[in-house]
Amino acid sequence: MNKISIERLNFFYKDKQVIRDLSLEIEANKILSVFGPSNSGITTFLRSLNRLYDLVPEARMEGLILLDGKDIHAKDVSLTELRRRVGMVFDVPTPLPLSIFDNVAYGPRLGGVKSRAKLMETVEEALRMAALWDEVQNRLDIPAMSLSGGQQQRLCVARVLALKPEVVLLDRPCSGLDPISTAKIEESLCELKKRFTIVIAPHNVQQAGRISDRAAFMLSGELVEEDSAQMIFSNPKNSRTNDYITGRFG
Amino acid sequence: MDKNMKAKPRIGDKAAKAVIWTAALLVIAVLVCIILYVLAKGLPVISWSFLTEVPRNMGREGGVASTIVSTLLVTFTAIVIATPLGIGTAFYLAEYTKEGIITRIIRFSAESLAGIPSIVYGLFGFVFFVEILGMGWSVLSGGLTLAIMILPTVIRTSEEAIITVPKSYREVSFSLGGTKWQTIFRAVFPSAIRGITNGVILSVGRCVAETAAVYLTLGSTLRMPTSLFSPGRSMAVHFYLLASEDISMENAYGTAALLIILIFLINVVANTAVNRMIAKNAKR
Amino acid sequence: MLRINFENKLKELHAEIIGMGSFVETAINDSIRAFKTNDIGLCKEIIENDQVVDEMEKNIESKCLWLIAREQPIASDLRQITTALKIITDMERIGDHASDISELVMRLPGKNSFADSIHIPQMAANAMEMVKNAITAYVTFNLELAKKTEAQDDVVDDYFNLIKQEIADVFKSQPQNMDNAIDYLLIAKYLERIADHAVNICEWVRFSQTGEHKNTQIF
Repeated sequence: MNKISIERLNFFYKDKQVIRDLSLEIEANKILSVFGPSNSGITTFLRSLNRLYDLVPEARMEGLILLDGKDIHAKDVSLTELRRRVGMVFDVPTPLPLSIFDNVAYGPRLGGVKSRAKLMETVEEALRMAALWDEVQNRLDIPAMSLSGGQQQRLCVARVLALKPEVVLLDRPCSGLDPISTAKIEESLCELKKRFTIVIAPHNVQQAGRISDRAAFMLSGELVEEDSAQMIFSNPKNSRTNDYITGRFG
Repeated sequence: MDKNMKAKPRIGDKAAKAVIWTAALLVIAVLVCIILYVLAKGLPVISWSFLTEVPRNMGREGGVASTIVSTLLVTFTAIVIATPLGIGTAFYLAEYTKEGIITRIIRFSAESLAGIPSIVYGLFGFVFFVEILGMGWSVLSGGLTLAIMILPTVIRTSEEAIITVPKSYREVSFSLGGTKWQTIFRAVFPSAIRGITNGVILSVGRCVAETAAVYLTLGSTLRMPTSLFSPGRSMAVHFYLLASEDISMENAYGTAALLIILIFLINVVANTAVNRMIAKNAKR
Repeated sequence: MLRINFENKLKELHAEIIGMGSFVETAINDSIRAFKTNDIGLCKEIIENDQVVDEMEKNIESKCLWLIAREQPIASDLRQITTALKIITDMERIGDHASDISELVMRLPGKNSFADSIHIPQMAANAMEMVKNAITAYVTFNLELAKKTEAQDDVVDDYFNLIKQEIADVFKSQPQNMDNAIDYLLIAKYLERIADHAVNICEWVRFSQTGEHKNTQIF
C-alpha cells in the first residue's frame, strides 16, 4: 500500500480554484518532487497533506486524501496528531525566537515530553540527521536567529525530524540558500528517505533532477504528469513537461 | 545644466534637514527646560524627612509619604486589573475572532474610551464606584476607574504587538502539532511580550500622573491608606491642591520633582526587568 | 564532503569503465591465443562476447547521459563524463577488432605457417599494454602515463612495418601462401588499429585533465 493516496483533489480559495482533479499515489521511503512554475498550486498541495490550510478560513477542499489508507479528514483524526506524522519545512527558514535547543525541542514539548534527558536525546538525534549537530553541539543555548540562513533551514529540518514524523514535506526549502547549504540539505535528504517519505517542492528543475526518485509536474493547479524521475527527465510523455524542464517556458 | 540638476535637490535636502533638526531640537529643548526647572525648584526640597513623613497642616509642613503610598497603591490596583483584561481582549481580537460586528464594536468602544477626557472617567468612577456601588473614596474606586481609563491603551498596544508577531511563527507552531492555545502561549506570547509591556509601562505612567480621575475617586485625605478601601491622595492631586490653593509652592515643586523621578524610575526598572526576562527566556 | 551522491555515481562509472576495459583486454589476449593455437571454439566465444562489450558501452552511455541530465556537471566533472562517452567508443572498436581477428583466425587453415611467428604476439602484447595503460590513465587521472602510452604507438607501428616486410617476402618466396599472407597482414593491421584507439583514449584522457584535445583548447 502506498503511504499517501490522493483521489480527485480539488482546492478552492474563495471562488478561485487552485487545484483541479489531482490524483496521485505517494510511495513510502521515496523522494517525490512536485515541481512547476510558481502559482501552480504546489504550496497549496503540500499544505493540504498536513491540513495546514485549515488555518485559512476561505480555503475549501474536495476529494480524498488517505494516509496509510485512512482519510485525513475523518472526524476521529486528531489534527495535532496528523501534523506530527506529516511534518513540514517552509520555504524560508523560520526559527522561533528561542534557543537552538528549544527550537528543536519545541515539537516534543508540545507532545508532552518533559524530561530534559529525553529531550536532549531527541534533539541530538534530530540535529545529527539534519547534518547540523557538528556545527552547533557546543552552543545549543544560543538564539537560533544567530545561525546562518543555511544552518537555520537545517535547524528547521531537525525541528521537524524531532517529531519523529512519517512524512516530511519540504516547500522550496533551499530557495534562499547558497549552493553549499543547498548541497548539504540535499545530501541529508538522500539519507533521510531511508526512514521517511519525502515530498519536496524543489526550488528548480535541476534540484528535482538531482534528488528525486519520482517527479510530478504541476501547471495551473493541474497534475500534468507523474512518473519515475528517470522518465520525467529523459522522456517526459507530455510536451508541456518537456517544454518546462528544458526551460522553454515558465 | 548638469550642475543645476545636481545642485537643486541638494539645497532642498539641506533645507529639509535643517527644518527637521530644528523641530527636534525645539521639542527636546522645551522638555529639558521643563524638567530642569521643576528639578531645580523641587530637588532642594526633597529630603529624607520629606520622603518619610506624613504631610502636616494641609501639606505646608511635613513630607509626602502618604501620597507616595496612595499613588503606588492605586496604580498597582489599576494595572493588576487592566493588564489581564486588556491582554485577554487583545488576544481575543487578534487570534480568536474573524473581523466582524463584534470585533468592530469592541474596537470602536476601545477607541472611543481612549479619546474621553480623564475628568469624565473621574465623574463616572465617582458616580458608579463611589456612590452606586458604595465603595466610597478608596484605593479600589480609584484603581478601577484608572483601570477603565488605561484599558484602551493596553488593548491597542497589546493587539498591535500580537499582530506584528510574524505569521510564520504561528504556522510553524501549528505545523509542529501545536494546538491553538499552545501556539498562542508558546510561540506568539513570548514574541509579543515586549510590545505588551511597553503598553503597560505607558499605562503605569499615565496612572501615576493622573489627577482629575483620581481626585474624584480616591479622595484627597492626607492620611496614610491602610487597605484597598481606604481613601488617600495621590501625588499628582497633592501637587495640584498645593499649587492651586497656594498652600505651599515649595512643597508643590518638591512633589512634582518626586513625580518625575518616580516615573523615570518605573520606566527604568520595568524595562530592565523585561529585558532580563526576555534574555532568560531565550536562553532557557 | 559535498555531493557525496554524485561522487559515488562517478566512482560507479569508473568501475564500469575499468570493467569494460579489462573485458576488451581479455578479448585481445584470447584472440592472439586462438591465433597461436588455432582454437576455433575460443574464436567463436570471442565473437559472441563482442555483444557483451556493446551492451557495456550502451550501459555506460546511459549512465553518462543520466549524470549530465541530473547532476549538471561542469568544468572537470563535465570533462570526465564527456571523456567517458568518447573513450567507450574507442573501447568498443577495440572489442570489434578482437572479434575481427578471431574471424580471420577461423579462416586460416588448421596448421598455418604464421602461427609460430613471434612478431604478432609481441605486437599484440604491446597493443594490449597500451589499452590497459590508457584506461588506467583515465581512471587515475594520470597524465604522464597517457603521454607515455601515446609514445608507445611507435613501437607498435615498427612491428607493423616489420610484419609488412615479412609478408612482402612471403609474396616473393611462397606465392601459394599469398591468401593466408593477406589475412596475416590484416591481423597485424587490426592490432595496429587497436593501438591507435588506445592513443585516441590517451588523447581524451589528456583532454579530461587539461581541456585540450590535439593541442586545441576545446573546453
